[in-house]
Amino acid sequence: MPEQTRLIQGNQAIAEGAFYAGAKFFAGYPITPSSEVAEESARQLPKIGGVFMQMEDEIASMGAIVGASLAGAKSFTATSGPGFSLMQENLGMAIAAEVPCVIVNVMRSGPSTGLATKPGQADVMQIRWGRHGDQTLIALSPASVKECFELTVKAFNFAEKYRVPVVLAADEIVAHMRENYSIPAPGELEVIDRKKPTMAPELYKPYTPDEDGIAPLAVYGSEYVYHVTSSMHGPEGSSNNNPANAAWKVGQLHEKIERYRDEIVMTKEFAVEDMDILVVTFGATTRAAREAIAAARSQGIKAGVLQLVTVWPLPDLEVARLGQLVKRVVVPEMNYSGQIAAEVQRILGPSVDIRRVNKYNGTIITPQDILNAIK
Amino acid sequence: MKNRHEIVLAGSGGQGLIVCGMMLAEAAILEGKNVVQSQSYGIASRGGLSKAELIVDQEEIMFQQVQKPNIMLILTEEAMKAHAPNAADTDVLVFYDTTLLEAREGPNYIGFPFTLMGRELGHPGTANMVALGVMCQMTGVVTQESLEAVIRQRFHGPAAEMNLKALYHGVKLAQ
Repeated sequence: MPEQTRLIQGNQAIAEGAFYAGAKFFAGYPITPSSEVAEESARQLPKIGGVFMQMEDEIASMGAIVGASLAGAKSFTATSGPGFSLMQENLGMAIAAEVPCVIVNVMRSGPSTGLATKPGQADVMQIRWGRHGDQTLIALSPASVKECFELTVKAFNFAEKYRVPVVLAADEIVAHMRENYSIPAPGELEVIDRKKPTMAPELYKPYTPDEDGIAPLAVYGSEYVYHVTSSMHGPEGSSNNNPANAAWKVGQLHEKIERYRDEIVMTKEFAVEDMDILVVTFGATTRAAREAIAAARSQGIKAGVLQLVTVWPLPDLEVARLGQLVKRVVVPEMNYSGQIAAEVQRILGPSVDIRRVNKYNGTIITPQDILNAIK
Repeated sequence: MKNRHEIVLAGSGGQGLIVCGMMLAEAAILEGKNVVQSQSYGIASRGGLSKAELIVDQEEIMFQQVQKPNIMLILTEEAMKAHAPNAADTDVLVFYDTTLLEAREGPNYIGFPFTLMGRELGHPGTANMVALGVMCQMTGVVTQESLEAVIRQRFHGPAAEMNLKALYHGVKLAQ
């Protein structure tokens, strides 16, 4: 039976989602507006046989979750912009070493320390491109407390299944918002665990993919002895400078995500069946957009919303399919440069009428802001 | 009964406004409603403008912020200036604390000395419970029984009794 409906905060739902998915290790350095994820983890993890570690900074936090994950524990951390910047180096290492883990980035407003308690959506490109070199990952963005829970479970599932770090790209609005929600009963949502090796330990190669494109991951410290390095490595894990190997490895990091693109890319559509105007959103801005299209429709303007639940890989086919049907596309986002709007323009081409709605002063995009761009 | 309520609770950090918003939300959940509770505050944990918002609706709540409030609780002069400067021209019910604010003219301004009453009841921290009692009695946003249940869930022993006493005091004032 699902538990009784209760008032639950987005950050709390993220932590509860992580426990539901089987997370047993959190390392972090609390930062507004993500601190409640750490707080809830500190309270709950010891009770369920897990470990909470407050680290000296975010560099160490990211390092600790990579280590814990290799040792077999589903691991996560939570941070905001300033901390996420510090995590990039070790996050790149996790991608190259194909270590499953979840990084919650609750986006706040402004560059540098910025407006610590105010919402932003300006880390979209940093999430995708914040690390040097060729690499890719998965990012999901919730618009409600319910999605905070469900997408955290998904984030762990994707991390475990594809051996890749997954970023939960929340914003201050959903993270601090409280809504009525009843947490699903165990078994109600799918929970995926990483594939373990079945061959004899001496035959195990940690970076040799099976036919499904993913290599099994042994528990570090078990009878399966292997090497993990951030340097370019071969199928057995040791450093390898061979160009053919490097090409294979870089390709493998990308191809395993491309291959499962349709499973990873999630979108939601609202009133798109007969629309003339499409609003493309992600995160909390979706809520203002849904109210704006309802208002537009009451004035006889046919508008719809495409919510990018998965932000990376970008739902390009979905944007293209719906973008072709309309006269205008509106992209509201809490950043200056229109990070998603530029992607939408790239997908749809330079001649498509794209109206950007940007706020970057710590205030929230309202339905009226979006309605003004629809009309 | 009205299907949707949009409520603003505003004052200074530390006055218990966010807890107030959460308790109203929990009471509404007990009555089977949908709620969205949000807040806005600065980087200080005491002092500074603090605002909690709550939307209660039978239907799904899309935009999460209050746009057309019908109920306000204002606990500082600064918050009144920021959030309800011209409320006399509207139909929003503005509950405010006459211990801390100048008296206001107009039928929709409802002033009680919440902070003074809290002190007299034995704890200034119960001022917000007195205010909740007045608000639920005069607006019907949630029932007294739901608020009692929420207080009993959140507090135990003497703390529960003190908060209940403050709630009943508020309900009586409104009658």
